This record gives sequence, structure tokens and C-alpha cells, in this order.
Amino acid sequence: MPLAIRCSDLVKRYDSRPPVEAVRGLDLSVERGECFALLGPNGAGKTTTIEILEGLLAATSGEVEVLGLRWGLGDDEIRQRIGISLQETRLADKLSVLETVTLFRSFYRRGLDPSDVLRRVSLEDKARTWVSKLSGGQKQRLAVACGLVGDPELLFLDEPTTGLDPQSRRQLWEIIRGFRQQGRTVLLTTHYMDEAERLCDRVAIVDLGKLIALGTPRELIAGLGGEHVVEFTLESGPATRAITSDELSNLPAVSEVRVEPDRVSLSVSEVHVALPALLDRLRRLERQITDLSTRHASLEDVFVKLAGRHLAEAEASSA
Amino acid sequence: MNHLISLRDRPLTQLVLARLREFYREPEAVFWVYGFPILMIVALGIAFRNKPIERITVDVETGPRAEAIVDALSKQEKFVVATFDTASCRVRLRTGKTDLVVSAGESSTPHYDYAYDPTRTESVLARNAVDDALQRAAGRQDAATVADRVFDEPGGRYIDFLVPGLLGMSLMGGGMWGVGFAIVDMRIRKLLKRFLATPMKKTDFLAGMIISRLVFMVPEVLALVGFARVAFGVRIYGSLWAVVALVLLGAGAFAGIGLLIASRAKTIEAVSGLMNLVMLPMWMLSGVFFSSDRFPEVVRPAIKALPLTLLNDALRAVMQEGASLSSLGLEVAALAAWGTVTFALALRWFKWS
Repeated sequence: MPLAIRCSDLVKRYDSRPPVEAVRGLDLSVERGECFALLGPNGAGKTTTIEILEGLLAATSGEVEVLGLRWGLGDDEIRQRIGISLQETRLADKLSVLETVTLFRSFYRRGLDPSDVLRRVSLEDKARTWVSKLSGGQKQRLAVACGLVGDPELLFLDEPTTGLDPQSRRQLWEIIRGFRQQGRTVLLTTHYMDEAERLCDRVAIVDLGKLIALGTPRELIAGLGGEHVVEFTLESGPATRAITSDELSNLPAVSEVRVEPDRVSLSVSEVHVALPALLDRLRRLERQITDLSTRHASLEDVFVKLAGRHLAEAEASSA
Repeated sequence: MNHLISLRDRPLTQLVLARLREFYREPEAVFWVYGFPILMIVALGIAFRNKPIERITVDVETGPRAEAIVDALSKQEKFVVATFDTASCRVRLRTGKTDLVVSAGESSTPHYDYAYDPTRTESVLARNAVDDALQRAAGRQDAATVADRVFDEPGGRYIDFLVPGLLGMSLMGGGMWGVGFAIVDMRIRKLLKRFLATPMKKTDFLAGMIISRLVFMVPEVLALVGFARVAFGVRIYGSLWAVVALVLLGAGAFAGIGLLIASRAKTIEAVSGLMNLVMLPMWMLSGVFFSSDRFPEVVRPAIKALPLTLLNDALRAVMQEGASLSSLGLEVAALAAWGTVTFALALRWFKWS
């Protein structure tokens, strides 16, 4: 059976002035039955990539195969077998939820019963409600329902939970998990690290149009050299100088030191070994700790290590 | 497989249903499409039905015989006569406050000077009416007797001319706005892009827009024609089926044009500008309020080729003169061509995102 998605050396250049390269040579393979995330800040090229894979945008160069088929040769065949939710679609306000799903159902040769789909996204009570009367989370679930009604083998979701409250996000995650448990494939984009970590089998981290890391969330975090992060802040007066990373580098169980203006963070494999040594070192350097915390490493830490900046900074600089 | 799918579950049916539901659930749209043409008929019908007696404003220059002129003219109700000095009369004539200035000569035999602008219809009428009144006052005898018979039978009044024109205009406005706005709105909402991501066929979508437009139009036409019949006694002299056929052809042509105009526009402002650009010349040239035969000979073939002129002329021929469809082969063929060519071009140029 062919891969769900395969693309190689994907490039998308917009001929603006100056020309913008949104995607610069991306290779991806998504297996059947996996939930795969494209993770990265806004402006990383995630939406451009997913829209090329969905056949909505033409790539400048590179090869794309979806379910073993190529865009331009078997478009109708591919569209019959994939489902999509765009980053932002405002469905017709004056149609009811059931009417909207029934309309989308009519476009597919085979598919699910619209009422069954509404049950799957927990909108059966809203079947007769106009789209304009739905909450943000309900609208997003309806958008996913429109993607599910053709009973697709492969579901594309572009930022499915952006702007939703925590409860609505969880509801959507449940829908995505349910779809994946049927052995179907999901490709989603997100800039939420926790979403990728909790929901997806594999994650591709992209930044500035390039793939910077690929693997399961566990592999990516393990790649940091320590699964824990120790963060602390030092007391500072007018005369104190900033601590340097060299002064902390050879501590046991510490694989990496990052000194930031307001705090220091360490990648640590064993907290119980590293912590006493750290406190001892600081005492000898005659520095006072004002704040200390430890936590499990996350994909955010992976992104910081690889991109050299926090996700929030990346968002701010791209905005 | 396709024949097993019930009619209701077909994409075209669903697209048409969706458009109809969206339209009827929008009260403002319903008012503008159905109420506006009727309001227009009411306003124009009232304006042109209860015409008061035409008043003629005449100024008389001050002078020894001014009073005699005023007396002679005041016998007829239609004259509004006043006396001014030479300078004032001149100003009033120049600014259009009076239609005609009369002054009397000094000699003993009666002599009158008429000052007026011969390009102004009212002035020419005033001159003739005043001349007639003064000649009679001076003792002229009519050589023959005459009797006036007022002609305002249904079929020949202004309102009978107006209704087919308004019908055409409302089909144009409804078709272009109805289709054009809806499409640009869907493009802004990214709904078109969302449809593109499904296996939906382009032709189904565009045909759905046109068919739904043809369906909306039925009550629109019935309301307009029915109201004109009840309120003003406007009758259809030709066959009703010929009117139905022309209305369908016209609505199809304008829906096609609306589709073409909206095929690439990205904002409501852009599409509004283009719509006005296309519709404005037709409002003025295509004989909605007055016959397009009033324009110079050279431009008439171009005006005649405009879809609204074709539709208005054909509707008038059927409604006022009782012409048959077969005698309107040229108009019918040209309207059909407008519809199919614009639809084909729209299909080709249409942008989904």
C-alpha cells in the first residue's frame, strides 16, 4: 500500500517583491494510519505546505503524492478520498448545521450519513441550528464534520484548535483520536506544542520553510540529552555580573546550559543528581537563588534548542 | 451509479437548495429584490397618472400695452402671467424661471415680440399657445372647427411603456447583484476554496447559482406584473408564455454576466464598482424610462446589442404590441448568446480563492 503522503524537495516561491520563499525544500513521508503534525510558529510555511498537499496551491517545484496519486492526474479520485478543514472557513451563516453537512455529503460518491457525522462531532443537538448561532468550538467541529462526511482515508486539518477554549480543544482532540482509531490517517498543522505532543504519533518541526526536526514526540525530547528542565533565577544587584554558561557547564547529569536575560535553564537527565551539585556550585560562587523549578522537557524545549528562540519570539518576529 | 442517487441528494439540487434557503432567510435581500421594483412602479405610476394641467409661465415686459396682454392671457387658466421690467425679464428667461417673454410694439397695429429659447420644448409650446391666444384676442377667426379627443387607453400610456422597462431593469439588477455579491461573499469567507477542496464539479456550482437565480425571479416577476395589472390596469397583449420565455432568457443572461463580473473580484468594493460600470450605461441607454430610439442613429446598433435593450425591446413588443416570439428571433438569439458566452467565460476564468 502506498504511503498516505509523500513529498520531496517541495519548494513554494511567491513572486512578490521581494520574492518570498514560503517553503524551501521540504521532504515528508506520512504513513497510513498515523497522526502526523506539522509544528511551527506562524509564518513557518505550514499552511502553504498543507495547501500544496491538499491540491489547493501549486508547488513551485518538488514532487507530491497523496494516497499514491499525483495532483493534476487524478484530482477527482484524490478529492473523493480526502477530507479537509481549512485554517479559516466561514460556512454559510443562514444554513443549519444539518443542511451544511448534507450539502457537503452530496459532493461525494460514497460517504457517511450526515446525522451520524453530527453525532461523531457531538453536534446532534444543534442539527437545526443556524451556523451563525454556533460558538467558535461548535463551528470548528462543524468544519471538521464537513471534512469527515465523505468518509475520507486521509484527513487534513489546518490549525484545527487555534483560538478555541481548552474544553473545545479537548473535544476536537477526541474527534481526531476517534478518526485515527479507525486506522485512518491525519495530517494536522499546529503551533501548539502540547497539541502535537499529546495527539500525534510523529511530529515534523518546521521553521522558516524548512524541516528542522522529525520524529515521535518522545524521540525529539530525548534528543535534547535530558528529559527534564531545571530553571532558576539569580538574585541580582547593581554590582553583580551575569553568570556565564561556562561556570555551570561541567555539572553532572547536565547536558546543556542556556543563559537568558531573566533566567537560566539546564537540560538535565537526572534531577536528583544535578540539583545538589548545582546548589553546591552556586554557593561556592556566592550567588543567591530567588526562584527554582523543575519540569519535564517539552517540544517547546526542542524548538528552542533547534531554532535558537522561543516559539513566542518566533511568532512575534513573523507577525 | 449516478442514476441511483435520488434527485434531492444530487450536488446541483443541494447547491440550489442552499442558495434558496440563504436568500429567503435574509429579509433585507427579499425586500430589495421584491419590494423595490414595486415601490418604483407606485412612485412613477402616481407621478405620471395624476398629471395636473400643464402650466405655462409667461412674463410680460412693462409698457403701455402690457395690461392688455395680461388681460388677454389671463382668460385662460393655463397661463401664469406676471409683469416685469426688461432687465428682470431677461434674467428670468436666462435662468429658466419663465418660458417666454412677451413685449408689445409701439405702433398702432398690434405687434408682439416673443423672446424664448427654441431648444426648450416648454418655450416652444408656450410661444405657440401665447401666440394663439393673442391672435384670437386680436380678432382672428379659425377657418375650421376642431375637437380634442384625449387618448389614454391602456396599452398606449406611459405606464404601459414603463412596466416592461422596469421588469427588464429589475431582472438585470437582481441577476447581477444576486449572483455577483453571493459569489464574492463566498470567496471572502473562503467558502469557494472549501468547495474546491471537495470533488464538487465547477459546472454544478455555477449552474446552481444561475438556476437558483431563475427560481427567485418567479415571485419577483409575478409581483411586478400582477401589481401593474391590479393598480394601473397594465395588460399583456401578447402570449404569457412568450413573456415567461423572455424573462427566463433575460434572467439567465444577467446571471451569466453577474457570474463573469464576480469571477475574479476579491472584495465587495471591487465587485460593486464593476457592477455599476456595467449596469449604469444600460440604465441610461437601454430604454427603461424612455425609448432608446431617441439616441443618435450612429450609436443605436451598439445600444441595441446591449442585453437590457434586447430584453426591454422584446418585452415591449410582446406586452404592448402582442408580438409573437417567432417574430423576435434576433432578440431571443442574442439574449441566449449573452447568457451562454458569459457562462462559458466565467467557467474558464473563475478563481476559487
